[in-house]
Amino acid sequence: MLQTIFLNKKFSNPIVVASGVIGVTGASLNRAIINGCGGVTAKSVSLTPRFGHPNPTMIGQKHFFLNAVGLSNPGVDEAVKELIEFKRLSSAPLIGSIFAGTPNEFAEVAEILCQAPLDYLEIDISCPNVSKEFGEPFAYTTSAVEIITKKVKAVSNVPISVKLSPNAWNIDQIAQAAEAAGADAITAVNTVSGMAIDVHSRIPILSNKQGGVSGPALFPIALKCVYDIYKKVKIPIIGTGGITTGKDALEMIMAGATLLGVGSAIYFRGEDVFMKITQEMEEIMKAENIKNLDEIRGCAQ
Amino acid sequence: MQNATPIFLPIIKIDNENENVKTFYIQGDIKAKPGQFVMLWLPRIDQKPFSISDCDDNQFALTIFKRGPLTEKLFNMGIGDKVGITGPFGTNFSLKPDTNYFMVAGGYGAAPLYFLSKKLQSLNSHIDFFLGARSDKHLLFLDKIKLLSNITLHVATDDGSAGEKGFVTQQLEEKLAAAENKNKVLVCTCGPELMEKKVLDLSNQYDVDSEISIERYMKCGFGVCGQCCVDPIGISMCKNGPVVNKIIANQITEFGKYHRDKSGAKIFY
Repeated sequence: MLQTIFLNKKFSNPIVVASGVIGVTGASLNRAIINGCGGVTAKSVSLTPRFGHPNPTMIGQKHFFLNAVGLSNPGVDEAVKELIEFKRLSSAPLIGSIFAGTPNEFAEVAEILCQAPLDYLEIDISCPNVSKEFGEPFAYTTSAVEIITKKVKAVSNVPISVKLSPNAWNIDQIAQAAEAAGADAITAVNTVSGMAIDVHSRIPILSNKQGGVSGPALFPIALKCVYDIYKKVKIPIIGTGGITTGKDALEMIMAGATLLGVGSAIYFRGEDVFMKITQEMEEIMKAENIKNLDEIRGCAQ
Repeated sequence: MQNATPIFLPIIKIDNENENVKTFYIQGDIKAKPGQFVMLWLPRIDQKPFSISDCDDNQFALTIFKRGPLTEKLFNMGIGDKVGITGPFGTNFSLKPDTNYFMVAGGYGAAPLYFLSKKLQSLNSHIDFFLGARSDKHLLFLDKIKLLSNITLHVATDDGSAGEKGFVTQQLEEKLAAAENKNKVLVCTCGPELMEKKVLDLSNQYDVDSEISIERYMKCGFGVCGQCCVDPIGISMCKNGPVVNKIIANQITEFGKYHRDKSGAKIFY
């Protein structure tokens, strides 16, 4: 019922763990598969190791989650080993993820990560939490998105998906630019920029001051982005952002998504949230007489 | 969903345990169980996980070793000053009646095991408490443990300055070898990983139940960031740990071999 074909590969269901959640090690990604994901996205990696921002890096509240981890990762060479380990443990589709400070470095990291047995490569050009270091996200500018997409596409041995930011007012045009530059898919969206202030100490809680908002508060924003992008591009979309229930998941497919990234929902509903979401999807589909997901993809125009 | 945004709570009492260790009593009913931890945040400095060393309806205690900017600042704070707390997080040691507990504490591992012993006072369980440290100066909670009942204390120090010269694991092995009713024994341990690994091995060898507190670098505390996931089973130690039973501990093949730093890179013991 939930089986999904994404760029010629079969997923047992459309839920993939979103980049940045769990995802540090091969074993933890496999754990997400055991907990019901159809595929996984690894945590974004860079050319050299990064420790990320000091704590606090994450807080959770009733309707949102806020993080500024700062892209901690052991570097692309270690990541290759972890992703090899994932494929030893699981045959599920694997999306690698990379980020870098310059277009050339994106290509450099991509080339190395492609030594791992990836099925797809996601390009993270939209993290809102490292602007002090790298400037504003590349995902805000059409020309930057084009250059990076082209450079990575030239070296990648697997299809690439470009991860966009909901802070870009023209995200649909940015998606078009990525498609024109050779992207095979769009991941929409990254977290939206936000913050929280502690009333007692009178300062932002996150050490980075600002962070990325995810969880239920992000969902309607992400849904609108996917809806807008679907109208403008022909390539498939990985709909990500605040999906927490089976109902959210089906809404996202009706907006036009093919795969569904799920991340912060782990915080709200536990590590087996992937299984809960797919069960709820099936229940709703039966009640609404939906036979498969192709039937409803992008139907809500 | 858990309490995952810091709330500021006042320090109401401070005990000096030794030169570098203090116990901070913090006001608040957080309903923590032995083995769980909280994240403590001092604005503009840092936020780190700390094991809970005592807890009742009105307050909880954190026993803290001074070793960095966060703890140095904390050591300069006084009664009435507030600290940012999230949690409690993680799993806890089992509280079982009519059980013969063998608790093996190395260094600061005494803190959660003291809390566990205190909670067992009303449950008719006997405790053999194996307290180990480098020297007599580093023995933690010696006086507090002596005040408890149904408890037999065994002390070992590396240099022999208190108790037996040697390791608590040697004392544990002797007691395990002599123990009757092995199905009534529960070994609980917290301390340096290589000591804990030895305790796990002994509990396998003597076929007794055991629970181990496994420390990994933790960032979020609620199972989202994935920083503390262990190989090869991939569970997070902040959510599915820190306390795991023997069956789980035996599946964690990295235990006693390596852990990961805050980038996620492996560090071998």
